[in-house]
Amino acid sequence: MSVVTSRFGEAMTTPYETIIGLEVHVQLQTRTKLFCGCPTTFGLPPNSATCPVCLGLPGALPVLNRHAFQLALRAAAALNCQIPQRTKWDRKNYFYPDLPKGYQISQYDQPLGGEGYLDIPRRIGIIRAHLEEDAGKLTHEGNLTLVDLNRAGMPLLEIVGKPELTSPEEAKIYLEEMAGLMRDIGVSDCRMEEGSLRCDANVNIRVGDEVTPIVEIKNLNSFRFLERAVRYEASRQYERFQRDSSFRFGKVPKQTWGWDEVAGVTRPQREKEEAADYRYFPDPDLVPIRISPEQVAAARAEVGELPSQARERLASQYGLSSYDVGVLMGMGRTAIAYFDRASAACGDSKTACNWITNQVAAVLKETNTTLDAFALSAERLGGLIAAQKRIGLSRQQALDVFAKMIAEPLDADAAISALGVTVVSDDSAIVEAVRRAMAANPKAVSDYRKGKKAAANSLKGAVMKELRGAGRADVVDRVLQTELERHE
Amino acid sequence: MTAVLCLQRLARREISASALLDYYLTAISSRNRELNAFLHVDETGARRQAQAIDHRRAKGERLGPLAGLPVAIKDNICTANIPTTCASRILKDYIPPYDAHVVNRLREADAVIVGKTNLDEFAMGSSTENSAFGPTRNPIDPTRIPGGSSGGSACAVAADFVPVSLGSDTGGSVRQPAALCGVVGLKPSYGRVSRYGLVAFGSSLDVVGTLTTDVADAALVLGVIAGPDPRDSTCLRESGEDYFATVEQPLTDLRVGVPREFFAAGLDSEVEQAVRTSLSIYERLGAKLVEISLPTSPHALAVYYLVATAEASGNLARYDGVHYGSRITGTNLLELYEKSRGAGFGAEVKRRIMLGTHALSSGYRDAYYLKALKVRRLIKADYDAAFQRCDVIAGPTSPTTAFALGERANDPLAMYLADIYTIGANLAGLPALSLPCGKSQAGLPIGFQLTAPVLQEERLLRAARMLERQLRAKP
Repeated sequence: MSVVTSRFGEAMTTPYETIIGLEVHVQLQTRTKLFCGCPTTFGLPPNSATCPVCLGLPGALPVLNRHAFQLALRAAAALNCQIPQRTKWDRKNYFYPDLPKGYQISQYDQPLGGEGYLDIPRRIGIIRAHLEEDAGKLTHEGNLTLVDLNRAGMPLLEIVGKPELTSPEEAKIYLEEMAGLMRDIGVSDCRMEEGSLRCDANVNIRVGDEVTPIVEIKNLNSFRFLERAVRYEASRQYERFQRDSSFRFGKVPKQTWGWDEVAGVTRPQREKEEAADYRYFPDPDLVPIRISPEQVAAARAEVGELPSQARERLASQYGLSSYDVGVLMGMGRTAIAYFDRASAACGDSKTACNWITNQVAAVLKETNTTLDAFALSAERLGGLIAAQKRIGLSRQQALDVFAKMIAEPLDADAAISALGVTVVSDDSAIVEAVRRAMAANPKAVSDYRKGKKAAANSLKGAVMKELRGAGRADVVDRVLQTELERHE
Repeated sequence: MTAVLCLQRLARREISASALLDYYLTAISSRNRELNAFLHVDETGARRQAQAIDHRRAKGERLGPLAGLPVAIKDNICTANIPTTCASRILKDYIPPYDAHVVNRLREADAVIVGKTNLDEFAMGSSTENSAFGPTRNPIDPTRIPGGSSGGSACAVAADFVPVSLGSDTGGSVRQPAALCGVVGLKPSYGRVSRYGLVAFGSSLDVVGTLTTDVADAALVLGVIAGPDPRDSTCLRESGEDYFATVEQPLTDLRVGVPREFFAAGLDSEVEQAVRTSLSIYERLGAKLVEISLPTSPHALAVYYLVATAEASGNLARYDGVHYGSRITGTNLLELYEKSRGAGFGAEVKRRIMLGTHALSSGYRDAYYLKALKVRRLIKADYDAAFQRCDVIAGPTSPTTAFALGERANDPLAMYLADIYTIGANLAGLPALSLPCGKSQAGLPIGFQLTAPVLQEERLLRAARMLERQLRAKP
């Protein structure tokens, strides 16, 4: 029995456990292909980004893209993989029209990333990570098949996860965390719609002591497809398990199925006529690579703080709630750095977090910009938060100053004086305003006095209106409270 | 005429590049039909180049070291806009869009590219009989084979069609035809010359080499084509040297290693005698002969036919009828592959693809391919040990002189034995050279092979040149 969360959010119990292992392909963010100088730009006219090397012309030879290797090493470090002292290239031999050389250059028995893990936050094991070249793309038109080799030779990192994911939701979270991590460390842009993040899922189920055969599901082009396909496949396997006693692990070979999003079902893909024998052997056109301890250290330094470490630090160093940590981390690692700096500038991390996850996030979304390109620096935002507290800016005033500071490179004080924002903090003036507001709203006053404490909010609004929005918020609160209690 | 002499006469303007080219084109047109050394003569392109060089010389422009020298290129080395067929039906109409690195270097040196020479299909063979476009004949005796696989290149130099040609050597394909045609064949160290644009056969063994009339010419041409190339990851970083500048300097205190395994059963007695005579010339020149042993050399042939064919099975997978080359369609993809490859490749190529595929197959990989790699390391270690005791290793290039056309065509194993002395240098990545050291009673050339430690081309060429001068000085 296994408890999973349904798509409606409530806990559901299934009579089986789902076992999921993902193979993730991440396209590395390099300017040029893995073994030649062709551009990796997406969406170029078919076969325009090709040369003798990626076309597999006779006599052409591959030369490793050092930047791709560096990014792959960084990814391996981020996934806590064991990194060997030596890695090499192998040829994986098979015939297919999208494979111009008749073999793919890959890594067989000495991948650059060995065992590792990803914390999502539950720890999920990684079996290996290796670098390989992508194949081309086939398009079928009637009885013609068109070959586009722009994608041939693109640098891919294949990350094979252990079958330790236990639900469709968790599989989706794993893939999202993986994509977020790869984006954060600058390894890949992970755009599923452009194919720079791809995923195959190996799925089977355990019922009591029995396990069904593994089915590999291909063609999972979005996070949502992954979740849906795995859920469908697990239930399909359970249904088959119940009526077919030969549908057990070891009795049926591993099969390859594809996800049909329109029909919402998985379907078997045409089986290869015989078992594939890729006849791997070391590629004699490339030399093995020695990886020095300095290179590994540099890769780890490039990775910096891992999400799991950041999660822990944000909670312990700033006392942020797990909700706040989650929202902040959802904005990516630049948001964490921005938050660190804003907090330091204002000394109020909770307020800084609120500003970043609410106002800043909203502006970024509206203007479709990233935090890197955001006009308001973390230090200036920190200054605004400090000024708000010091001067007692109302919420609306603070928002006005915020907008001013985005539009113009002013610090908080300059923006406040430029806007002519004034704050009434003179007690007698505020007492006057409070009394007038109470007199004008007897119902709210009596409601409050009968115990409806929320009525104070409408009175506060009335006070602010009396003060034309310039009342110092903390003084207004204090005076209003005193006045309401006084006549009780 | 040697390349050096050609270049001297060109430099002194005793002859123009165009006139020199005409001389060779006339020779080609009179005898190529019979010998089939050239698969393609680029008369127009060559004339244009020669004229351009004459023009530049007339204007007093600075010219490259091979300015106006006609050169032939083995047809498995890519030449932009000139067919490159590998003597295979599957590439019958293939025209590369780019020049191989060595062709770039030749053009930069202002050499004139005359055309493309015949070979065993994809360089697989030792007689040039495995060409889809007919065999090449030995110019010394046209009833005999010229050796292979660079038979066209060796024949072209021996028949005086060109002073210099390029070949490729995977297991002896430059040295063995050089020996059988009576010319000098140089195989540089693996990685000394870029393979970029050399159509791959056995990638860890393939090297571009030269065929010339003498050792000085080999030194001259090697100086032009050797050196680093960022497009070939296996090309060594060491820059080439000016081999021509030192080639005439004899070596003192030279120790010549004589492997006892190279004088065992199977060696023709006339060949043995000529080789021993050359060894005694070395002694006369003050060198010391040292008997050495290469104990694993009897396994070299077996190792070679596993490593080379395994690599070839991958390298030749790209000829599938899909992207370029000849295509025969079928009712489905598998049929397209089967028919295109079935009709496109000759019997020897198919045999080697199958051998290599088998050697890499699951269940056989450990016993064949991986074991061959281990023995290859032992063979290399044998050479390393031998070179502790000597400076160069000497012996015959080929166990026999040129055999008759068709004589071994149906006996692949007998054919494979033709490479028995040359394969070791490929497996160990060493530079080696064959030079003519006499003739049999039938008048057939005999080759003498020298091998040096890796990157010691200078030593190899100087050692060869000192012998060559003595051999040529004889009446």
